[in-house]
Amino acid sequence: MSVGSRKVLGTAFTGLTGGAALLIVAMLVLILWDVVAGGIGRLSWEFLTAAPSDGMTGGGIFPAIYGTVVMTLLMTVAVMPVGVATAVYLHEYAPPGSRLAELVRVAVTNLAGVPSIVFGLFGLGFFIQFVGRGMDRLLSEPGTLHYGQPALIWAALTLAVLTLPVVIVSTEEALRAVPRELRDASLALGGTKSQTLARVVLPGALPGILTGAILAVARGAGEVAPILFTGVAYFLPDLPRSPFSQFMHLGYHVYVLATQSPDVEAAKPLLYGTVLVLLVLTFALNAVAIAIRTRTRRKAEAGH
Amino acid sequence: MDNSAPVNFTLTTGGEQAAHPLPSIRRRQLREAIIAGVITAMAVTGIAAVVLILVFVAREALPLFTSADVKAELGGFGKMFLPQVWKAGRPASYVWQPVGTIAKYSMIPLFVGTLKVTVVAMLVAAPVGVAAALFTSEFAPRRLREVLKPTIELLAGIPSVVIGFFALMVMATWLQTAFGFSYRLNAVVAGLGLALAVVPVVFTVSEDALAAVPRAYREASLALGATKWETAFRVVLPAAAPGVLAAVVLGFGRSIGETMIVLMASGNASITSLSLGDSVRTLPATIAAEMGEVVFGGGHYAVLFFIGVELFLFTFILNSAATIFVRRLVRRMSGVQA
Repeated sequence: MSVGSRKVLGTAFTGLTGGAALLIVAMLVLILWDVVAGGIGRLSWEFLTAAPSDGMTGGGIFPAIYGTVVMTLLMTVAVMPVGVATAVYLHEYAPPGSRLAELVRVAVTNLAGVPSIVFGLFGLGFFIQFVGRGMDRLLSEPGTLHYGQPALIWAALTLAVLTLPVVIVSTEEALRAVPRELRDASLALGGTKSQTLARVVLPGALPGILTGAILAVARGAGEVAPILFTGVAYFLPDLPRSPFSQFMHLGYHVYVLATQSPDVEAAKPLLYGTVLVLLVLTFALNAVAIAIRTRTRRKAEAGH
Repeated sequence: MDNSAPVNFTLTTGGEQAAHPLPSIRRRQLREAIIAGVITAMAVTGIAAVVLILVFVAREALPLFTSADVKAELGGFGKMFLPQVWKAGRPASYVWQPVGTIAKYSMIPLFVGTLKVTVVAMLVAAPVGVAAALFTSEFAPRRLREVLKPTIELLAGIPSVVIGFFALMVMATWLQTAFGFSYRLNAVVAGLGLALAVVPVVFTVSEDALAAVPRAYREASLALGATKWETAFRVVLPAAAPGVLAAVVLGFGRSIGETMIVLMASGNASITSLSLGDSVRTLPATIAAEMGEVVFGGGHYAVLFFIGVELFLFTFILNSAATIFVRRLVRRMSGVQA
């Protein structure tokens, strides 16, 4: 091949691959632009604080925001201890070449790949039908269902299982970034393994653990399929009063408004407004998490 | 246990001698063992989760094989996979029509629908994702790379219901104008929507694989007179091949299981056809759309859980394959010094 044609091919190849990268970024910008342009006019104090009215064509989305936030908080409380403990086990406690650690890793990788709708089935089959109905048999009056039906707590626990890999992966990366010397210094001063963990390793890994928590929250707040059968409701006159109440959810609100609304045109402004709120919530969280992670990674690279 | 420990070694630190005698070594050892035990027990949750998911989804599907009522409703397991004659004189066909005088539960329209949407998604997402990864790791200047990577990762942070909304409201209209589809919502709209969700997966995993190729490979190739793109295409890409393959397989798994995007943008008609312009119904969308209307414990209910088991197994196999490819890449790269 002549030098000239090799050069032309090189330029074409760079252009083609660069075009692919540009296409992805362009689609991202397009989605954001469409949602912001369509929804910004709808945002108002009333929209954020009022309940829906006029057959879902007026009013606000406060119950959906409230339900999303409360469910996500419950989920975070459930997933963080288990996720952090698993990462600590994998990175600090498991003996090298441990069979159990290997098995945990394989399980977590596969857990991350389970389709979200299957988590929904799992929540229904395990938390509601097995745990909830079991609690009813023990605690409720015969013939009544108090626990064994869709509820906030079951949706939150289902999403906690779904987000477990996110927390584990982020926490383990954070633990890896804590220099070995710090651990050795603590142990050499007579600190036990758990003291070293609590006072040296975990504080050092805190930004990374926080990143994991934020990513889990962003993921959990945006997932709809797992909560379809485990607790979400389209419209409720009251806010959920206990973890065993059903709740409204931003993502589900978007789905219903977009697909089941009798008058799509009339619901459109409300729909765009809701998408914008959901996107701001999840997107802002993701952006913060990615920013923290990029910075800690760069710091870690500079340190080594 | 407090003071009754038979051996009373006390450890003291320099500064606070005798003021606070530290707990005995035994007590410390016991506490450490308990903490290690608790942490290990919590780590097993991940394994328990995967096992429980399979067990409890399968448990609800079990009546398909054990309950006489359910078996009677379905008319045999084979009806889910073999063509059936529904009207005398008509050719045998595959029909998914769970609501009606005779419920019809053929899996084939759902398999075909899932495959059509997935193929469209992968035909777009795999080349675009891998090409963008090549650009980011091989051609982009450092500054650009540090902006590109997090930006594309952000796309993965958009909830799938929002992508579904975008596909339904915006992309469907564009594509209908461009191609003149007779159905506004079809396999192409759902597939392209899906591609938006899959592309960040393919990109991120391939980029990691390409970045793991040692610098020495590139330097050797350039020193032998190859140009930058020849190095990228003939040296770096082949070296990272297992990782890139893993990226595509993971993307494939993700697109089979994705629910909300296809539920919103595919039209959800269970038609067995090969035309990409027809509406389609996929496996996950079927579960999402129909679970709200089923009789608990009935045949339809069990079939939907059976679809869940299928999805679990498909993605489990794909993920395991991806893990094996990644290991191969790590082994290949570990022998070389960067």
